[in-house]
Amino acid sequence: MHTTSFITKTVHVHDASIKVGDQVVYEGEKDEPFAIFAKQAFKYLEVDYPKFYKMDALSKMAFLGAEYILQSEEKEGLALVLANRSGSLDTDVRHQQSIQDTTNIFPSPATFVYTLSNICLGEISIRHQLQTENAFFVFEEYPADFMQKYADYLLVSAKAKRVLCGWVEYFQEKYRAVLYLVDQNGQKPHTTENINELFES
Amino acid sequence: MAELKEELKGKIIEVLNLEDVAVEDIQDDDALFGDGLGLDSIDALELIVLMDKEYGIKLSDPKQGKSIFQSVQTMADYIAANRTK
Repeated sequence: MHTTSFITKTVHVHDASIKVGDQVVYEGEKDEPFAIFAKQAFKYLEVDYPKFYKMDALSKMAFLGAEYILQSEEKEGLALVLANRSGSLDTDVRHQQSIQDTTNIFPSPATFVYTLSNICLGEISIRHQLQTENAFFVFEEYPADFMQKYADYLLVSAKAKRVLCGWVEYFQEKYRAVLYLVDQNGQKPHTTENINELFES
Repeated sequence: MAELKEELKGKIIEVLNLEDVAVEDIQDDDALFGDGLGLDSIDALELIVLMDKEYGIKLSDPKQGKSIFQSVQTMADYIAANRTK
């Protein structure tokens, strides 16, 4: 299988900062808790979407990354393929803690619904009204070669017109998102080397 | 009763993460679902947990929920009549 595809846009979320391409578009206070950073970065967008505040940290980060990278972008035929290392472990731990004390068990349904990492894809899909292919994978490190082949397959098989790919890792205040758009037109070739380069910056 | 309703509004805002809603924004008879506060099905489950955790009320019949969760007023009425803590 061979296709000509390109990386057309990128977003990085880490250390209380959001960068689209090479430009920092939002910067919070260094070392501020993720919840505060996410809330302020969301408010900075001036988007009316109260559901954001109900999301877990992983979904908030994926949502923010998608929100910033998809500004002014065509969303028709946009597939989503994301990966991370910890799955939904951060929320799994919080849910487990709520059922630890057998004499005082009040698990939160709103927490429980986020004990699946692919829920963040659903949040992005609902927000942008995507009814397209989506997949979430758990790997130790970002599988650039696998993701490159997977995204190209979606394009060459006409299952998608463009693909939002990337890494969304969150566990107990340690977080990093690297998202990129793959399209059939562009300048920067969608190669494993160029994908790996995104993770070096 | 007025105190209970104020307390309930505060707990609903806190438990449901209603970020831009203040206690004074919620009228006693405002619809909690639909066009009112716009709560969803997961919020309904959270309200059931809230009733159990804070007031010792276990709702075993889902049909009861529709009338109990109409508004803060209906919730407060039910809590006042059935609370065990």
